[in-house]
Amino acid sequence: MRSIVCIKRVPDTETRVRIAADGVSLDPSGVKYVLNPYDEIALEEAIRLKEEAGEGSVTALCLGPKEAAEQLRTALAMGADDAVLLAGEPSHDGLVTAKALAAEIEGREFDLLLFGKQAVDDDNMQVPAMVAELLDLPCATVVVGLEVSGRHVTARREVEGGHETVEFDLPGVVAAQKGLNEPRYPSLKGIMSAKRKPLEEKEAAAVESSLELVSLSEPPAPEAGEIVGEGADAVPELVRKLREEAKVL
Amino acid sequence: MARVLAVAEARGGALRGVSREVVTAARTLASELGGGVDALVLGPPGIAEAAGELAGHGADRIFVGESDAYGAYAPDAELRAAADLQGREGYDAVVLAASAQGKDLAPRLAVRLGRPLATDVTAIEVQNGHVVVVRPEYAGKALARLRFTAAPAVLSIRPNVFLPEERPGAGAVETLAVDPEPVRARVQPVEGGERGALDVAEATIVVSGGRGMGGPENWHLLEELGDALGDGVALGASRAVVDAGWRPHEEQVGQTGKVVTPDLYFAIGISGAIQHLAGMRTAKVIVAVNKDPEAPIFDVADFGIVGDLFEVLPRLTEEIRKVREG
Ligand SMILES: Cc1cc2nc3c(=O)[nH]c(=O)nc-3n(C[C@H](O)[C@H](O)[C@H](O)COP(=O)(O)OP(=O)(O)OC[C@H]3O[C@@H](n4cnc5c(N)ncnc54)[C@H](O)[C@@H]3O)c2cc1C
Ligand SMILES: Nc1ncnc2c1ncn2[C@@H]1O[C@H](COP(=O)(O)O)[C@@H](O)[C@H]1O
Repeated sequence: MRSIVCIKRVPDTETRVRIAADGVSLDPSGVKYVLNPYDEIALEEAIRLKEEAGEGSVTALCLGPKEAAEQLRTALAMGADDAVLLAGEPSHDGLVTAKALAAEIEGREFDLLLFGKQAVDDDNMQVPAMVAELLDLPCATVVVGLEVSGRHVTARREVEGGHETVEFDLPGVVAAQKGLNEPRYPSLKGIMSAKRKPLEEKEAAAVESSLELVSLSEPPAPEAGEIVGEGADAVPELVRKLREEAKVL
Repeated sequence: MARVLAVAEARGGALRGVSREVVTAARTLASELGGGVDALVLGPPGIAEAAGELAGHGADRIFVGESDAYGAYAPDAELRAAADLQGREGYDAVVLAASAQGKDLAPRLAVRLGRPLATDVTAIEVQNGHVVVVRPEYAGKALARLRFTAAPAVLSIRPNVFLPEERPGAGAVETLAVDPEPVRARVQPVEGGERGALDVAEATIVVSGGRGMGGPENWHLLEELGDALGDGVALGASRAVVDAGWRPHEEQVGQTGKVVTPDLYFAIGISGAIQHLAGMRTAKVIVAVNKDPEAPIFDVADFGIVGDLFEVLPRLTEEIRKVREG
């Protein structure tokens, strides 16, 4: 199994979001960057598939600033064989990212292209299916179960109120959701060997966008609520308020 | 004249509820652009009749593709149908739902149309002829405002934000010949989850329990409250509860679970960690029950009761049953 896994460098989910003075970016001071949690799941899946097949390769691919080499090293430490950094600033426009990734992937040989279901910074949920379409490949998103038998893929995806099964033949695209597997922690040996694995760096393809980020803002602070009362005795008053003030009953 | 395409959804022969919201949002956008709305829906034979309902929310024309193959989500056929319509009608905007189907389909459609996509949109307006949208990022910790500088604007709307409005359109149903083949990926019909078809992300009332519930054996208390509240109710859970194996992951609300925007959200025995708030802070009305008056959930709750949930819940169920019955 030859897999390519697209990974993104994102702020840790615990980060307090502060908007920078330019009004369109995040104030980077004090922000800790991590490998996008869903991409860890995608990586884990690729590594397992290679281990199960007993042959193949796992390539980690990231479009990001030079510092993203750190996240690629994490991917190598987990078990990826080589890594490619497309140097550039990720765009708010998922199509820009998808085109740059697709341009790099095109011409490479692979069986499976893996993604996280969503990057936890922009929460776009677009890049995986866009890359699939750009490369004219079948695709399953929000995948919580994956079976590969020969060239045939059966993916279980999460949908409202249940699951649906998507079947296709390789090569294809899968976007990983939590529940697919438990990503491993890099071992000490993995961390040591990651330093010697190839990490290629090149410029990301320049792509025009027709989606302009006008502003980023903090959402209005929630209005402090009201404590209706204590214990079960407060229930009738709560129900009255829900009915008469909030009009939701 | 400007036109907007609303991509509706069906499942198992019925229109999905979120389709009404998609048409409503498309209608609002079309009015600002000074134009009309067409709707598209693929479904099994008979779906044309169900789709007629979209006229009531402002669809002028309803394009329907019927085939036994459309009893399940058919991404390749959906793409062909929407792209063909776009080629023929030249829409200024295409609106989908940020549902499981819409999130899967919209990025592919955007690529077909050679245009960017804004997902999970919570507000739409038109400025100098350009579509401008607002969408949450960083798990709701920031709001991004985005402007489409070329048409068509392709966007998916977050469920439960654009509430369905009654706005009669002409609603002429036209059959569309959409070939189910070829397909690149074959999708089987949905297998139901634990509590039938209603998903926590689409319910109008969500009753969520946290670690304070003490164990899965106490969930009947939440189920009883849910039953008392009537239709449109789904159960939710905090991650602590899901990680403990008390409830399935489908029910998890929050940053690594689902984002919900119901009219009414009950947080029972949930502390209100930032990652949980990321999934539910945009609920219209939030009720919290917690024995700790300092619990952060009270900072976002509209109404709170400080107390032991094992005393509060049965009483709450009883009082709600009373007012609803009479
Ligand atoms: C990367 C990351 C992602 C995460 N994603 C999510 C997510 O998607 N969703 C999510 O929910 N969490 C998420 N979390 C976990 C989150 O940080 C909290 O740990 C979790 O939400 C806590 O769940 P809880 O409120 O049920 O439990 P606790 O924090 O243990 O709170 C239990 C509450 O119950 C109250 N209580 C106890 N007994 C009673 C009683 N008898 N009557 C009334 N009240 C009682 C207590 O006072 C307490 O406030 C995430 C964490 C990380 C690091
Ligand atoms: N800049 C990037 N570099 C590499 N992969 C990316 C990048 N942005 C997004 N992805 C991949 O696409 C997935 C979904 O991202 P998004 O569509 O932005 O939510 C992520 O989980 C990654 O797998």
